[in-house]
Parts: sequence; structure tokens; C-alpha cells
Amino acid sequence: MTAPRTDAPPPGVRVPKRRGVELSLLVCAVLISVYGYAAVGLARAGAVPPDAARYGAGLGLLALIAHLAVRFGAPYADPLLLPIAVLLNGLGLTLIHRLDLETPYDRAATTQLVWSALGVTLFILVVLLLRDHRTLQGYAYVSVAAALALMLLPVFFPAVNGARIWIRLGGLSFQPGEFAKILLAVFFAAYLSANLNALVYTGRRIWRFQFPSGRVLGPVVAIWLLSVGVLVLERDLGTSLLFFGLFVIMLYVATGRTGWIAVGLVLASAGAFLVGSLEPHVHGRVQDWLDPFASIRAGEGPGQLAQSLFSFAAGGMLGTGLGLGHSVLIGFAAKSDFILATAGEELGLVGLTALFLLYALFVGRGYRAGLLLRDPFGRLLAIGLASIVALQVFVIAGGVMGLIPLTGMAMPFLAQGGSSVVTNWVIVALLVRVSDSARAPRPEPADTGEPERVKEGAA
Amino acid sequence: MIRYIRRAAALCLLLLAALIVNAGRVMVVEAGPLNDDPANRRIAIGRYAQPRGEILVDGKPVTGSRDSGQQLRWERTYRQGPLYAPLTGHASQTYGTTLVEDAEDAVLAGTEPMLAPLPLLNGLTRGREPGGDVVTTIRASMQETAFRGLAGKRGAMVAVEPATGRILALVSSPSYDPGVLSGTGPGVREAWERLNSAPGRPMLNRALRQTYPPGSTFKIVTAAAALDAGVVRDVDAPTDTPDPFVLPGTRQVLPNEAEGCGDASLAYALQWSCNTVMAGLGVEVGLTGMVDAVERFGFNDTALRVPSWVARSTFDREMSPDQLALSSIGQFDTTATPLQMAMVAAAVANNGEIARPHLVDRTTTSGGATVERTARRAYRQAMNPSTALRLQELMVRAVEDGTGRNAAIPGARVGGKTGTAQHGFGNTGTPYAWFIAWAQGEGSARPAVAVAVVVEDAEASRTDISGGGSAAPIAKAVMEEALRLEAEGRR
Repeated sequence: MTAPRTDAPPPGVRVPKRRGVELSLLVCAVLISVYGYAAVGLARAGAVPPDAARYGAGLGLLALIAHLAVRFGAPYADPLLLPIAVLLNGLGLTLIHRLDLETPYDRAATTQLVWSALGVTLFILVVLLLRDHRTLQGYAYVSVAAALALMLLPVFFPAVNGARIWIRLGGLSFQPGEFAKILLAVFFAAYLSANLNALVYTGRRIWRFQFPSGRVLGPVVAIWLLSVGVLVLERDLGTSLLFFGLFVIMLYVATGRTGWIAVGLVLASAGAFLVGSLEPHVHGRVQDWLDPFASIRAGEGPGQLAQSLFSFAAGGMLGTGLGLGHSVLIGFAAKSDFILATAGEELGLVGLTALFLLYALFVGRGYRAGLLLRDPFGRLLAIGLASIVALQVFVIAGGVMGLIPLTGMAMPFLAQGGSSVVTNWVIVALLVRVSDSARAPRPEPADTGEPERVKEGAA
Repeated sequence: MIRYIRRAAALCLLLLAALIVNAGRVMVVEAGPLNDDPANRRIAIGRYAQPRGEILVDGKPVTGSRDSGQQLRWERTYRQGPLYAPLTGHASQTYGTTLVEDAEDAVLAGTEPMLAPLPLLNGLTRGREPGGDVVTTIRASMQETAFRGLAGKRGAMVAVEPATGRILALVSSPSYDPGVLSGTGPGVREAWERLNSAPGRPMLNRALRQTYPPGSTFKIVTAAAALDAGVVRDVDAPTDTPDPFVLPGTRQVLPNEAEGCGDASLAYALQWSCNTVMAGLGVEVGLTGMVDAVERFGFNDTALRVPSWVARSTFDREMSPDQLALSSIGQFDTTATPLQMAMVAAAVANNGEIARPHLVDRTTTSGGATVERTARRAYRQAMNPSTALRLQELMVRAVEDGTGRNAAIPGARVGGKTGTAQHGFGNTGTPYAWFIAWAQGEGSARPAVAVAVVVEDAEASRTDISGGGSAAPIAKAVMEEALRLEAEGRR
């Protein structure tokens, strides 16, 4: 309960902006990525790739422009968010480039770099154009309508690899569900914050749990059910799980009602069980999770999950070194869903732990911004966005490592996938914006809101 | 709300912590079985990620490696595949390794810990050493001579240095090019099927892995047993064996191809290959004595490695007297590999002691530093030294004026013994022509080479002369080459 106050400045004291910290961290992030790129070249061809400097310059330029945008648009923003995003994105590019060397016919790193540039552009636009996150509160219903439209759209397109989550137009493919998750977070945050009092103070008490009244919660549950329904239709269990987790976390943070967590978990288990046993695509994934090596015993060779586990095991404690692993054996989706296997094999448990800690730090900074803010919408939005990253990391990393059944999803920033990278950059932009609001000196310094804080804390 | 935010943050942290713990489980705790899983292709990829070490003959590599550009990158090549296949074997990505490629695989593949300058450090950095080299004891010119001699025939030839056990030549004919099996893919599978279904069975290593009835060459073993057991004290004295000889307990008469075998001396019997005398002596030595003597030569030994395993040469331990009589002249169930019969010749040449036969002189790192050297080791004392000296005389007589005249080398002391073995139902199978011999150069203190040759010879008649006819010239050519090399080495 003491942490949030450290950044709450006493009146009249100049709040450090920490933009210099951000810049030096960004330099480190770019250098680490370039070093990884050079290490791949050294391992594969015995020489630093000639375009390493160009790659570094490109990434550095992106980082620099993003930094300048933050410096001018959100000077008080958390200095860790952008460097972590750049480092993860740079490492992702290195890993994809490294896998490109194994698949000369299918090069993805350049496309990914273009998507990253697009993502950074969106980041800059959001940071510069969205001067106050509370503006979004007014677009709650536009958001939810757009989110549902985006999720419904792929139903009219053919299924790709068993999941209807893609839109293919010309040579480009999008995963609209990726964008929808931000919109849903905005909607949940707006709706829950607007109805906060009604949610907390009204409702029935059944046994030991207090349930909010149906009148308030009705629309939220309806929209949530609808979105989950769409996802089941599209057979994308990963996103479904993500939305569900997001909904439960935001509802819990808004109301503090543990009863809803319990109900949510029961619903989730029932839903997962039903889908897992009835839907053949998902059922196969569950079977695979229960016994990844069944296909080997059946004489069909190792399946994707088994190959992924082999890959992680081959990494051991220290990894084989970049460019020296054989994660390409995973085959299909090695660069997207299974990118973490390459990280595990070539960087080892040490490198993988570092990656997870980066994600943890990122999520932590998001939550920290949520704690520092005083408007409920901003809080819920920050918590929602940070939770999206945390849940997504858990769902996909747990999937490829055999902790939970595998559901197709992109590792934030690391994995190949344009929609995912762009969406993640927007998440960073929103978190930067929110954290800027959280740390910026308040317009009315006479009352720093200590009493207000106490009141809310008790709510 | 702050309290709930903190709890939600703790939940997210918990999820990420679960990921790290799970990563530790997969990558460290359970990594061993996953890495060793036969379905894990990394094992093969790592194995073929670097060129294999070389197998050297006379200081020159007879193997090589080719960058295939495939996932299993380096493929084995052979400079003179068919010539050296009986010792190198093959190193196939599809069908595994055989012979020296198999026995010295750890060195050649670079996994042998002793290849690393600091073996413990290697485990930490998980570097794989460059493949080490295997230096063989084979002499190229002898190998080529033997290979030429057996060209177009089915058979095998082994030459050893009696004093050291070094295998100087090892030929099996027909042979094959092991290089066609090196890689992967349909071409390799076709080659494998073709080689396996070929009538000459080219992948069968006749020198080490095929046993033949040794026929009359086995009489040397029986003679050694008779002399060691004291059944014969004077090799020139009559042996009190009748001709015709009725197999004990039966009415079957054992025929002789040679003449004058009735009551002949041991010397005469070896010189002209009398069945009756040797069968009689075998029965007189008795089953126990014969089995003991024969096993001292290495028969019934399943543990012989050169370093590749060698098929067991057999001499039954339980037989009736008539079976013992037949076994004593290399028939019935008695079978021997060509290497085994070369060891018999070597035992006589080396005063009764058999030095452990070996193909690998030493293994080295890729830089040439010796990793392991095969020391000369005694295998067994096959007979008394005095018996060996007397048998040397008798074998020399067989070459100078007997069945083995085709092997005589001017100016050298050569001892030999011919043999022909029929087999198959009613002896309808292709007869085997045998010749075992040793040769001592002029002015040399001890015999330089002992050889055994077997030819599956459709032309061989039932007489012992045929062993001398088709097998002895090959043995002679190889021994001449050995003596020339020895003389060259002395100069």
C-alpha cells in the first residue's frame, strides 16, 4: 500500500520525466537486438551479416521516432514500457530472421519489419493524437460494435488451419480478433467504470456471495456471451480464453466480488469441457496436450507439440546459441505460434526466463499505471491492457510448453503476425498515454488527492 | 479498488511464475528423456553436422565426407569403396554403421570424450570435437593384391602378422561400394534392397562373418592336438591308422583322396592330406582333448573382436566317435571363419602363441595426436612351442613337396596346408577351396605373414589339389607382397 505514493509528488516538486532513462534503455534494447542479429550471422555463416548495421539503423530509427513522440506527446510516461516493447520486437525480428535461414522459400522477417514499422507509426499517432485517455470513454458503444463486427467478419471467410480467424484480401491476411481485444478492453473499462457504484452497491446477496443486479450487469454479460459465441463458431479457443480472462479480471477489479470469479471459473471450466469434448479441432488439441507423444508411438513421428517440447529440452539451461538450434523441425507455425520454442532452444532456460521477466515487467508497469491513476476508467483500461498481455503470454507459452492445451495465439511482439504486432504497439501506446496521465503533475497541486485515494482504496 | 488491482496483479505474476517453473520442468528436469527420445531428430542432425573422421590405410584416408546440403549435412564417401568395404563397413544415415565405422563410431563421430583436450569443459560448452581418425593395420598393397586375386570369385582372404596380430589384409569378394548407402532417400533404399537381394551377397563380410567347413586345413589343428597330447611323439613314425578307415560305431568308410595313407606318418598325412590318419588321430586324442585343443585356437569363442565382432567358429563339444572323426578332418559340424584359419596358421608361425588379431592400430584426434593405441596382446597359447616348430616343418614340406606347391616362393620359407570342403545335401553345394599358409623372408627371424584364403569354387574337384589350385596362388601373391614390404622395411 506504500508503493503508489512514491510517485505521488508533493505539491510544487518537479516530477522527473525520466525520458533520458528511456532513451538509454532504448539504446540498450536496440544494441541487444542487433547483437542477436549478428550472433545469428556469426553462428551460421561465420561472419557478421553485412546488413546488421542497416537492421540496427532501421530498428534504432523506429525506436528513436517512437521515443521522440513520447518525449513530446507523453513526457511523463513510464520509461520502461517503450524499451521493453522495442527489445521484444527486436528479438522477435531476430528470431524470425533466424528461422528464415531455414526456410529460404518463405521469408517473413522483412514483412514483420514492415508490420513493426506500421505498428510504431500507429503508436506515434495514438500518443500524439490521443491527448487524454478519457476521450475513449465516450466511444464505449462504438468500440463494442466495432469489436463484434471485427470478430464476425472472418466467419464469412474460409477457415485457415482449422480456425476461422483470418481475413485474406489479396496477399495480405489479418486476424481481426487481435484488434477486437483492445476495443473490448476499452468497452469493459468504460462500462464498468460508468456503472461502478451500481455494480458495487446494488444487487442480491446469495449465500456468501453478493451478485450485482442483472439490470447493470446484463449488457456486459450479453456482449461477453456474444463474443465468446462468435469465438466458438470461429474455433479460436485461445482468443476466447483471453477474452474470458480479461472480462473476469476487469470485473473483479471493478467490483471486488470474488463470487464472480468463482462463477466465472465454473462457467469457464464447463465451457472448456464442452468445447473440448465436442469440437473435434479443440478435442484434438486436448488429446495432444494429454499425451504429446502418442503420434510417435503410433509410428507417425513426433507431432508439433512433441517437436516443441524436444526443442525446449534441447535448449537446456544455457541454450544452443542463436542460429544453432533445430526448432525448424516443428515445421508449420514455427515462426508464429511456436516462436517461443526457438527462443527456448537457442537461448536456454536462462534466456527464456529473461523473456518472461520482460513480460512480467511490462505487465507490472501497466498495473502500476493503473494504481497511480485516479479515474476509474483509466485504471480499468490500464489493468485490462496489461492483463491482455499477461493472459496472452500465459495461454500461448503454456500451450507450446505443454502446461495447458495448445491454442493458436501469437506471442506478443515476438511472433510473426502483422495484426498481432500492430495491436501490441497500440497497447503500448495506450499504456504510455495512461502512464503519462498517472505520473504527470496534476493541474491542481493544492489537493493531491490523498483523501480521495484512501476512499477509493476502501471501495 | 487498489486492493483488487494488487490481487489481479498477483494473479498475473502467478501465471508468469507458473510459466517459468514449467520451463524449468521441460528444459532441465525432463530434458534428458526428451533429448534421448529416438523420435528426436536432433540426435541425427548433431551426428551428421560435421564431417566424420577418416579411416586410414598406410597413412592415407580411404574415406571422405561430402556436404550434402541436406538437414543431415555430411555424408560419408569412400575412395576405394569395394576394396576396403570389408574393413570399413558402411556409415549410412539410413541404415546405421557396420564394422570399423561402427566399432570406432565414437571417435569418428567426435563424441568420444577423450578427443577433447579438456573432457570436462566440453560437457559444459556442449561443443562436439571434430571427428577423430582411425589408423588401421591394413597394408594397401597387400589388400589390393588379395582383392585382385579374388576378383570375380566368391571368397575371402585374411592376412595377419603372426607376431603382433596385426591384420594386414582383409578381403571379401564380391564386395560393394558402401558409399551408395551413405545418405538418405529413395536412391539409398534402392541400393540397399539391390545389395541385399544380390545373389553374391556383397554385403556379407566373408572374412569375419561367414563360417565355412575348413576341410583339410583343419588337420593342422588336429595335428597340434595329437602332438600336444602325446598321441604322436615322432612325426615320421607310422600312426597305426588303417586305410580304409571305418568310422567308429558305423559301417561307413572314410575315403582318402591321397594315396599311401595306410598307417602313414603324421608328416606324410599332412604333406598329402590323408583323411584316415587325421581322423584316427582325432579319435585317439578323444573328445575332451580335441575340444580343449581346438578351443585354444579360438573356436567356439563368441567374444572375439577385431574390434568388430567375428562370427563364432564352431567345433561341437558333444559328439559320438564317428562325428569326432569327421570333425577332426574339418567336416561334420566344424566350421571356421577365414580369420580363424589365419589364426591357426599364425599360431604355427608364432611358435604356438596367437597374438590377438586387430584391425585398428590407433585412433587419433583430427590433429593427429594419439587417443588410444592397440597394444599387442596375447590371445591364447594354442600349442606348445615345440609342437609349433614341428608343425612348421611339416607345413613347409607340404609346400615344398606336397599339396601346397602352388604357394612356394623362391628364397622364402613358406609353410601351408590346402583344403577342400564339400557341403550341402549330398555334397552338392559349391565346394570351398581353402589354403592357409605363413611365410618367412630370407634372413628374417620370424614369419612375416600368415594367411587364410577361401574360394567358393565351382571348378574345384574333390581332390585337395584344388585347394592348392585356386586358393594357393592368391595366398602366394599376398605373402610375396608381405615379404617385399618386410624387406623394404628392413632396408
